[in-house]
Amino acid sequence: MDFTIDWYFLIEKLLLISAVLGISLLVAMYSTWGERKVAAWIQDRRGPNRAGIFGLLQPLADGGKLFFKEEIIPSHANRFLFVLGPSLAMLTACLTSAVIPWGDSLTIGDRIVSLQIADINIGVLWIMAVVGMGVYGIMIGGWASNNKFSLLAACRGASQVISYELPMGLALIALFMLSGSLSLKDIVEQQREGVWYIVLQPIGFLIFLICAFAECNRTPFDLPEAENELNGGYHLEYSSMKLGFYLFAEYINMFISSVLMATLYFGGYAFPYMDSLGLDGNMLTILGIVALFIKTFFFIFVFMWVRWTIPRFRYDQLMKLGWKILIPLALLNMLVTGAVVLFRQYGI
Amino acid sequence: MGIDMIIFTVLSAIAIAAALGVILSKNPVNSVLCMITCFVAIAGHYIMLNAQFLFVVHLIVYTGAIMVLFLFVLMMMNLNADIEPQKRNWLKYAGAISGGALLLVLVAALRDASLPAIQEGGKTDIGLVSNLGKTLFTSYVVPFELSSVLFLSAMVGAVVIGKK
Repeated sequence: MDFTIDWYFLIEKLLLISAVLGISLLVAMYSTWGERKVAAWIQDRRGPNRAGIFGLLQPLADGGKLFFKEEIIPSHANRFLFVLGPSLAMLTACLTSAVIPWGDSLTIGDRIVSLQIADINIGVLWIMAVVGMGVYGIMIGGWASNNKFSLLAACRGASQVISYELPMGLALIALFMLSGSLSLKDIVEQQREGVWYIVLQPIGFLIFLICAFAECNRTPFDLPEAENELNGGYHLEYSSMKLGFYLFAEYINMFISSVLMATLYFGGYAFPYMDSLGLDGNMLTILGIVALFIKTFFFIFVFMWVRWTIPRFRYDQLMKLGWKILIPLALLNMLVTGAVVLFRQYGI
Repeated sequence: MGIDMIIFTVLSAIAIAAALGVILSKNPVNSVLCMITCFVAIAGHYIMLNAQFLFVVHLIVYTGAIMVLFLFVLMMMNLNADIEPQKRNWLKYAGAISGGALLLVLVAALRDASLPAIQEGGKTDIGLVSNLGKTLFTSYVVPFELSSVLFLSAMVGAVVIGKK
């Protein structure tokens, strides 16, 4: 074996990874601004409007404030784990974006550049694996704070994420029965030629949407952060930028969940009649990216809309919804989908 | 030394160091974290063998589910590490003797075993999802279904115990 490295390939992937990470962080940053504007709009207020035009510099001001605040590590906390917690939360939030197809391929010179970091044939399973590991950020942070409220909130958060992973996986299995592939790229290409999977899997999408809310710890499932009983949740003892990391990871998760919903059920970068427009490849790819981001921003808006509309569940209601309603519904959805797929293959 | 060999060496070093950390660290929570690192490194080896499905299932089941349960239990138990009772001496001797006996058996078994020649890694496609699924549901469908019945009975058992 010899050392031949395709330098163009390496540079291309490095650029792509930096671009994806940068855009994720930028979108997450402006989601905080968007969240406050949407909240203001729903509550008939103005929202942030002092820093910059329309308050557009507000996220920078917030970030600057978090950086310059005093960092406090509780005296009985495990220092290493206390720092590891928010870092893990941030890491797992960023890992998922590797398998998402952000667009079709661009042709630069005589090279075809695919706008997906890794087209592995286990794409969706990789997302499930990363979501499963996202629990560690919450649990380690909550435990290392050496505070009973943090620990309680961490246990709540972890059991919530584990409980809602199951219906999410079951809803995805029904989708795979139709697509026959675990690669996100294949799933998007199938929707480009046929119909969007929301038409074939409406119940599956609904289950996925509810589980995405629970996985991101967003209202109505924000029990890990229930202020009135837990004083602020698993990040109770955190201050300065470590707190910022936890809050920021939540917004990145929200962005990635929105991209996933758009990709799996709403055609990803494909949009109707895209192949009959008669445009050349590169133009079509750019339009596709725009289409993906429009869909994504819509879902981010849905996340915020729900947050400022619906109150929080009680914990037993949360568990009942997950285990007694969503899992049986997802199993039924899987059974019916399987029966229909078999029927269409073999007849009666 | 090819790039495969470098990755293999690095992954193995991480796995062994993490495995040592599991038994050597005093704090059980650190042990669990070392074990998670070890599992992730082993999952990397699966990728080197082109077994992508095994890789991701290993991550989902072991690091994502089982180790979280370990962590749950330990975090609840270890709140008062200072007043935990010390282990008795005879327990340590018993552990050392049984561990040594296991080592002896393993060495004896390995001495006579004829190991098949190790194949060149990364050349087989059996680890990809579609190939593995087809094999499991055609050639090995009876053992596969039997093991799923086993899992079902374990689940029913857990529910029965939980109801008590």
